[in-house]
Amino acid sequence: MPEAAQVTRTSAGAAPDRPRRRPLATAFGVFGELFLTAGAVLLLFVVWQLWWTNLDAGRTQETAVERALEGFAGTPARDAAGEPAGNPMLEGDTFAVMYVPRFGEDFARPVTAGVGLDVLNTLGIGHYPETQMPGEKGNFAVAAHRQTYGEAFREIHRLRDGDLIYVQTAKGFYTYAYRSTQIVQPSAAEVLAPVPGRPGEKPTEAVLTMTSCDPPFTTRMRIVAVSALESFTPAADGPPAAIAATVAKLQK
Amino acid sequence: MYAWIFRHLPGPLWIRVLISVLLIAAAILVLMEYVFPWANRQFVPWTDSTIGMVLPR
Repeated sequence: MPEAAQVTRTSAGAAPDRPRRRPLATAFGVFGELFLTAGAVLLLFVVWQLWWTNLDAGRTQETAVERALEGFAGTPARDAAGEPAGNPMLEGDTFAVMYVPRFGEDFARPVTAGVGLDVLNTLGIGHYPETQMPGEKGNFAVAAHRQTYGEAFREIHRLRDGDLIYVQTAKGFYTYAYRSTQIVQPSAAEVLAPVPGRPGEKPTEAVLTMTSCDPPFTTRMRIVAVSALESFTPAADGPPAAIAATVAKLQK
Repeated sequence: MYAWIFRHLPGPLWIRVLISVLLIAAAILVLMEYVFPWANRQFVPWTDSTIGMVLPR
């Protein structure tokens, strides 16, 4: 951009008696600078989306996990309000914490009712309201971003056979064992059915379905990871050994 | 434009450089905290992770 370069050079030697430039040249100079600015702003937008959103959401999610854990351990009054026996709760309520050692040693994120952007863009993992609750027969289905806003499911494609996923509620810890991953169209609502992929069938087991976008950085398809409930540990017995250290750190 | 602004800042060169840096930092902060979140809500849910539903706005 020659105009812009010229402007900068002229300004660098800001001599008081510099020759006056013609209006057209000045106009081109301003035009060039505006274009350069627009380019810089667009780059900054990418920085914001890929990096800044993670900072904001990361803090929000950390606080939400700590408050959820306090709620689980806390007063009976709060328990009664927070978990009325398997009923769906208000959108925006954090009712569980998910631990996935495969996603990182200390990976602990809040699970919140609702999958609107107001939930996913702040609290991370959202629960599809029409699906079942943790441990319930049927499908406990959740969604989270794979990039940006805390990117809770960034490593979703790394889940392997034998990986365990822990979901903590006020009642205790539900341990799910990873089973399979598939890539589906964004419209494939049947993966959220009580028996994933078979709408209308009566569920015989409790599964966990995690959805996110695929390929990474796009919204073309969805990646869907299914796990099956393996065991339940009541809250009184403390967390399973694999996540005991993480839970202890969060409770501090 | 930027040259014009720089020339009209008060003080010696180092003060003007300092003011420029602060102005740029302020502009970036306003973009990051207010403008980009707003623009993102208006135009692009680029990272849609949900299935079987139209995203609420």
